[in-house]
Amino acid sequence: MFEELSLKIDAALKKITGQGRLTEANISDTLREIRRILLDADVNYKVAKDFIDKVKEKALGKEVIASITPGQLITKIIYDELVELLGGGHSEIFLNPTGATIILVVGLQGSGKTTFSAKLAKRLKERKRKVLLVAADIYRPAAIEQLKILGQQVDVPVFSLEQKDARLVASESLKYVKEKGFDTLIIDTAGRLHVDEEMMKEVADIKEIVKPTETLFVVDSMTGQDAVNSAKAFNETVNFDGIVLSKLDGDARGGAAISIRSVVGKPIKFVSNGEKLENLDVFYPDRLASRILGK
Amino acid sequence: TGKAQIDDNTLDQIEEILITSDIGAETAEMIIDNLRKALKSEKDRSVENVLRLIKIELSKILIDSNNKSQSFIKPYIIVVVGVNGVGKTTSIGKLAYNYKNLGYKVIVGAADTFRAAANEQLEIWAKLAGVEIINSNKGADPSSVVFETIKRAVDENYDIVLIDTAGRLHNKTNLMNELSKIKKVIKKFSDSAPHETLLVVDGTTGQNALIQAIEFSKVIELTGLIITKLDGTAKGGMVFQISKKLKIPIKYIGVGEGIEDLQEFDKETFISALFELK
Ligand SMILES: Nc1nc2c(ncn2[C@@H]2O[C@H](COP(=O)(O)OP(=O)(O)OP(=O)(O)O)[C@@H](O)[C@H]2O)c(=O)[nH]1
Ligand SMILES: Nc1nc2c(ncn2[C@@H]2O[C@H](COP(=O)(O)OP(=O)(O)OP(=O)(O)O)[C@@H](O)[C@H]2O)c(=O)[nH]1
Ligand SMILES: [K+]
Ligand SMILES: [Mg+2]
Ligand SMILES: [Mg+2]
Repeated sequence: MFEELSLKIDAALKKITGQGRLTEANISDTLREIRRILLDADVNYKVAKDFIDKVKEKALGKEVIASITPGQLITKIIYDELVELLGGGHSEIFLNPTGATIILVVGLQGSGKTTFSAKLAKRLKERKRKVLLVAADIYRPAAIEQLKILGQQVDVPVFSLEQKDARLVASESLKYVKEKGFDTLIIDTAGRLHVDEEMMKEVADIKEIVKPTETLFVVDSMTGQDAVNSAKAFNETVNFDGIVLSKLDGDARGGAAISIRSVVGKPIKFVSNGEKLENLDVFYPDRLASRILGK
Repeated sequence: TGKAQIDDNTLDQIEEILITSDIGAETAEMIIDNLRKALKSEKDRSVENVLRLIKIELSKILIDSNNKSQSFIKPYIIVVVGVNGVGKTTSIGKLAYNYKNLGYKVIVGAADTFRAAANEQLEIWAKLAGVEIINSNKGADPSSVVFETIKRAVDENYDIVLIDTAGRLHNKTNLMNELSKIKKVIKKFSDSAPHETLLVVDGTTGQNALIQAIEFSKVIELTGLIITKLDGTAKGGMVFQISKKLKIPIKYIGVGEGIEDLQEFDKETFISALFELK
C-alpha cells in the first residue's frame, strides 16, 4: 500500500545513513514531503501543520526495524493517524423508530444537496420508509422542478408550495406529514454562502421550525482551503450532525474532508459519487485516507 | 539572519496567505523564491514594499485578458463548459443579460439535456435576460440542440449565441467525447467557431481546478475562464496555476446569484483581494 509515498519518503531519508532511530534531524525532509502531499490534496494549511506535528511526535524515537523501511514505518503512522482523524468506523444516520425522522440538507451553492436528497430518499424508501421530499429552495431557478423530477425518478412524492417563503414550506410540510402518514422527511434547502447573514438566518430558522433528527452538510470533494471557513460557519449556525462528501467520482483527492473533520469534529456519513441516483455510499475512512495519500 | 535576509516570519505569513488562497504549494514556493531574489536588490524591506513586490510577482503570472474583441463575427458563438455545479447556467444567464443590454440580439441553446430541470432553469434565465432560447428535451442529443440553435441564429440574424452544456467531470471519457462532438457540430458552421469557449471554475475549488482546465483544454480549445462564487471567502488562487500552465486569461468573475453579478476580470483588484481579510 502507498508504494509511491513510501518510496518518496525513503528517498527523503536516503540522505541519512546508518541510523537506527527516527530523529528530528533525519525526518525533517520527510515531514516536508508529507506536508506537500497534504497541501496538494487540499488539506487546509493550518490543519496540515497540526497534523504534521502529531505525526512527528509519533515518529520520533521510533526504532527502524529490519523488516520494514523507514518510509513504510512513517507511511503507516500517517495512514493510521488519518483514519483515526476521519472517524474510526462508519456511522450512518439515525432513523427514528417511533416518530418521524426529519433530515435537513444544507450547504453551499452547487455542492450537490438536491441530488443527494433524492439519493437518500431512494435509499430510505428501499428500506421501507415512507419518505417525503420537501422543496425548501425557493430561490434557485427551477430548483423545485429539479426536485420534482428527481422525486419522480425515485418514486418519492415532493412537497412544495407556490409561496416564496422557505420557512412556511418547512412548517407546512410538518403538517402534511402528519396528515398523510409519512415517517421520513428529507428537506432540500437552497445553496447559501456562509457569509450571507440573511440566508444563514433563514436556515437557522428552518432548523428551529422542523427540529430535525439529523442535519447534514453537503460538501463538494473538490473544495479547497476555504472548506474550513464555510464548514465552521455552517456548524456554528445549524450545528450539523454529519457531513456528505459529494462528487467523489471525480479525481480530487478530497483533503477538504480532513480539514472539515478537524475543525468541526463531525462524522462523514455519506459519499456521493455520481450523478445517478444510486451513486450513494456510506463513508469508509480507510478509503479516503488511501485516496489522500495516493493509494 | 543578516541584513540581507527578510525574516522568516514574514515569509511564513506570505506563504500562508498564498496557500490558503488555493494557489498550490509549488506555485507558492516559486513565488516566494522569486520574491527572495527580488528582495536581494532592495534596500527597503518594509511590509509595504514586500507586499508591492509580491504583487508584481503574482501579476507576472496572470495572463492579461482582452475582453474587447472588436471585429465581430456573426453569429458570435460562445460555449460554456465545466464540471458539475460550478455556475455555468447562471453565468450564461448573466452573459445573455449583459450582451442584450449592449444592444445585441442574443440566443441561448439549452444543450444540457441531462441534468434534471436544466432546461427549465435556463428558460427562466432567458426570460429574465429577455433573450431567445432553443429548448431541449431531457435525453435529447446535445449536439442536435447546438445545431438547431446556431441554425436559428444564422437564419434569423442573431449576433450572439450562448451554448449551455451539461456539467461533466473531466475524468469521464464518454461525457468528454460528447463535448468534442458538440465542437464538431459548431465547426460545421464556421471553422473559426466557437469564437469563445469559457471554462467555468468554482472559486472555492482547490487543486483539482488545474486538472479540470488541462483535461477540458485537451478536448476543446479554451479561450477564457469564469471564476464564480467569489462573493464568499474563497480567493480563487488556483487560477495562478492554470494561467501559468495553460496561459488562459480570466474573463469574468461571478460575485453572486443575481443577473447583474458578473464582472469583467480586473487583475489588480483580484490580486489585492488575496491580501484582504473578508
Ligand atoms: N459527478 C457528480 N455530480 C454530482 C454529484 N452530486 C451532484 N452532482 C451534480 O452536481 C450538480 C449540482 O448538484 P445539485 O444537486 O443541483 O446541487 P445543489 O447543492 O442542490 O445546488 P444548489 O441548489 O444550486 O445550491 C448537478 O449537475 C448534479 O448532477 C456527484 O456525486 N457526482
Ligand atoms: N454565490 C454565488 N453563487 C453562484 C454564483 N454562480 C452560480 N451560483 C450558484 O451556484 C449554483 C449552481 O449554479 P448553476 O448555474 O446551476 O451551475 P451549473 O454549472 O450550470 O451546474 P450543472 O449544470 O448542474 O453542472 C446555483 O445555486 C447558483 O445560484 C456566484 O457567482 N456566486
Ligand atoms: K462546488
Ligand atoms: Mg439544490
Ligand atoms: Mg447547468
